[in-house]
Amino acid sequence: MSDAPVMPIESGTPDSFQYMHPTLRKNYGQWAYHDRPRPGVLHHVSNFGDEIWTVKAASPRQLDILTLREICDIADKYCKGYLRFTMRGNIEYMVTDESQLEPLIKTLNDAGYPIGGTGNSVTMISHTQGWLHCDIPGTDASGVVKSLMDELIDEYVAEEMPNRVHITTSCCQINCGGQGDIAINIQHTKPPKINHDLVGNACERPSVVARCPVAAIRPAMVNGKPTLEVDEKKCVCCGACFPPCPPMQINDPEHSKLAVWVGGKHSNARSKPMFHKLVAAGLPNNAPRWPEVAKVVKQILSAYKENANDYERMGEWVERIGWQRFFELTGLPFTKYHIDNWRGSRNSLNQSAHIRF
Amino acid sequence: MAIDKHETPMIDQLVDGPWPSFIKGIQRLRDEHPSERINGMANDLLGQLETSYETRKGYWKGGTISVFGYGGGIIPRFTELKNEDGSSRFPEAQEFHTMRIQPPGGFHYTTDMLRQIMDLDEKYGSGMICLHGQTGNLMLVGMDSDAIQPFFDEMNAIGWDLGGAGPCVRTGMSCVGAARCEHSCADEMKINRVLLNNFQDDMHRPALPYKFKFKVSGCANDCTNSIQRADMSIIGTWRDDMKVNQDEVKAFVEKKGRKYVVDNVVSRCPTASLSLNDDDTLEVNNKDCVRCMHCINVMTKALSAGDDKGVTILIGGKRTLKIGDLFGTVLIPFMKLDTDEDYEKLVELAEECIDFFAENALEHERTGEMIERIGLANFLEGIGVDIDPNMINHPRTSSYVRMDGWDEEAAKWEEHKAAG
Repeated sequence: MSDAPVMPIESGTPDSFQYMHPTLRKNYGQWAYHDRPRPGVLHHVSNFGDEIWTVKAASPRQLDILTLREICDIADKYCKGYLRFTMRGNIEYMVTDESQLEPLIKTLNDAGYPIGGTGNSVTMISHTQGWLHCDIPGTDASGVVKSLMDELIDEYVAEEMPNRVHITTSCCQINCGGQGDIAINIQHTKPPKINHDLVGNACERPSVVARCPVAAIRPAMVNGKPTLEVDEKKCVCCGACFPPCPPMQINDPEHSKLAVWVGGKHSNARSKPMFHKLVAAGLPNNAPRWPEVAKVVKQILSAYKENANDYERMGEWVERIGWQRFFELTGLPFTKYHIDNWRGSRNSLNQSAHIRF
Repeated sequence: MAIDKHETPMIDQLVDGPWPSFIKGIQRLRDEHPSERINGMANDLLGQLETSYETRKGYWKGGTISVFGYGGGIIPRFTELKNEDGSSRFPEAQEFHTMRIQPPGGFHYTTDMLRQIMDLDEKYGSGMICLHGQTGNLMLVGMDSDAIQPFFDEMNAIGWDLGGAGPCVRTGMSCVGAARCEHSCADEMKINRVLLNNFQDDMHRPALPYKFKFKVSGCANDCTNSIQRADMSIIGTWRDDMKVNQDEVKAFVEKKGRKYVVDNVVSRCPTASLSLNDDDTLEVNNKDCVRCMHCINVMTKALSAGDDKGVTILIGGKRTLKIGDLFGTVLIPFMKLDTDEDYEKLVELAEECIDFFAENALEHERTGEMIERIGLANFLEGIGVDIDPNMINHPRTSSYVRMDGWDEEAAKWEEHKAAG
C-alpha cells in the first residue's frame, strides 16, 4: 500500500512585503518624486525624506544558478540582501546610502553587467523562449536578444534616444514577445508541410480546423487515412494550425523569415497606446547572430534618433512625419505587403487629401 | 568524471560581447557546477540548441504533465532528436520541463529566498531559472518527469505555488508600483494578490475556453503592458485635480527654459489642457485632462496625481492568435479601491467576467475575441455593467442597425442620470 499523494497547499501569489526592501516597505505609497542622476540610476525621494538609489543592470533573463548566486552575492554586499527584477528582465539593485553607488556600479561593471536601460535608452528586449524551450519556435529568442543587445549596448548604457525604446522579439507569429517600438518577429512565407500519415492520430482535427483564421483547413482522406488539407490560395502562413497539430509543420529553415515592425507603445502618455506596424520583412533567419536583422534595426534607430523630437516615441514620430518620410529616412523598401488587407484594413488607408511634400 | 562535451561552434559565437551571455551561463553549468547530473543536462541542452542553430528548427515537443491535485502549471518538453535506434541523441536533456511559479507582485526578492529556490533547483532541476516569463512567471527551466512532484512538494512547502498554464486564469503581474514609484495611484500588490488568490482553483485546474490574464499597473504609463496583454487590465488613475507645486514649476522653467517647457510639456498634452502663464506658473484645465501621465513624467517634482485615486478597468487585451492583436477597452472608467467592500466589488466583477467568458466563449477564444464576435453591449448586459460613453472612441458610423428599442434605451439613460 503506497502512501497517499501529498496534496498541494494552494497558497497562490505570495505577499510581496516579506521580500520587499525595508525602505520600500516603510515608504509604500509615500514616494514624492524621482530623478535620474545618471543613465542606469534612478533616485527616489519619499514624503518622509527617505531616499533610495536604484541601479538597473543587464541580465540575460535565462539565468544559470552560478550566475544568479553571484547576482545575489552583490545584493548581499550592497543592498542588505534585497533585489528586484523589471518586466523586461533587468535586475534592480537598491541602496539607501549614496556613497555605495559608485562601488556597486563598479562591481557590476567588473562582473560584466552593463548599467542602463533607464529613461530614454534602448532597454532590455522582451523576448520569448525560442529554440531553448518552446515547442513551436521558428527561431531562437535569447540568442537573437544577446546578439542584438551586443550591437545596441551603447544605446543601453546611455540616455540619448528621443524617448525610451522598447524592443521585442517573437519566435513565431503569435507574438508572445509583444508590441514594441521595434518588434522583430518570425514571418512564415510558405503554407505548412503536412505529414498526412500522422495527422489522424496526432491531431484533434475539428479544433485544428477551427484554429485557422482564414478557414483554409478542411478534413481530407489521403492514402486511405483521415487527415487535413490546406487550401494554399487562402493560407496566410500564420502557423496557427501547427501548435495543435505538429504534423502540419510551418517552420522552415529557408522560408520562415524575420520581419520588423515599428511604432508599438503601451503607455498612455501623450498618445493612446498603439500597435506596431510592418516595415521590413524577408530577412533571413541567420543564426547565430542575425546580422541582417541588426542592420535594419540600427537603420531605424539611427533615423529615429536623428529626426524625432524629445519625448516622441517611435510611433508618435512616424505619425508626425508620415510613412512616406519614414521609408525615405530609413531607406527601407515600401511594398504591397505593407498595405493591410486584414479586417478593418480600410481604416489604415489615408482617408484624406493630407499629403506631405 | 569529465564529460564528453558536444562541439558547439555556432552557439559558442554567442559567448563573447558586452551583453551577459546565456550560453556562457549554460556552459558554466556544464563546466563548473559540482553536480555531474547538472553538467550532463547542460551539455546535452547545448547539444540540442546547437542542432537547432545548425538546422534552424526547434526540437521540443509538448505533452501533458502536472502534479497531484492540479492540472496545469508545468510546461512539458520532450526532445524530438533521436538516433536511428529510437534512443535520444541528447539523453541527459531528453526531458526538459519547465515549472511555472507565481512570483510576488512587483518581482521583489530577498537573496535568502532566491537561494532557497536555487538549492532546490540544484537538487531537482537543470540549474536554469528564467526571471521572468512574459506572463510574469518565475520559471524553473529544465527538469525530468520524475523530478516534478518532489521538486514541487518542496517548493510548495516553503511557500511557493504553481502558476497557470493552458486554458486557465494565468499568473498575474504588477508593476513596482507604490513600493517605489510616486506615480502609483493604487495598491498594486494588494489588487494583484486579491484577484489572483480568488481564482487559484481556475488557475490550477484549467477548464476555461482559453487563457485569462490579469495585469495591474499603478498609472497610465502601464508598465506591465496590461492594455495589450491582459484580458483584465487594472490601471491606477485619479478623478480630482492633478496636484501642481507652482514653486517647483517655476524652478523647472528656470532650469529648462520656457521654450523647452512649451515644446515638451504644454504642447505635448493630448487634450491641450495645459498653459504656461506669464509668471511661469502652470494652468491646468482638469476637465479636459485625460490622465495620460506625460506632464507628470517630465516634471516629477512639480506635478503629481490627485488625491481621489482609484482604477480604470479595461477588458479584452491580447496577442495575435487568432484574429490579430487587440487592445483592452474600457469596462469601468473609474472605481474606488479603498475599503474591503471596494475590493469585494472588484473580485465580483472579475468573477462575472470569467463566468461569462467560461459560458459563452468558443474554444480557444480570448475575451477580446468573444467581445468582438458578440458586441460590447451584449457582453455588458451579460455581466450586468451599465454602458458608459467612456467606453467608445466615437459612436457608430453605420446606420445599418435595428433601433426600435430606442425610447426604452433613452429612458434607461435618463434614469441612470437621475440616479447619479
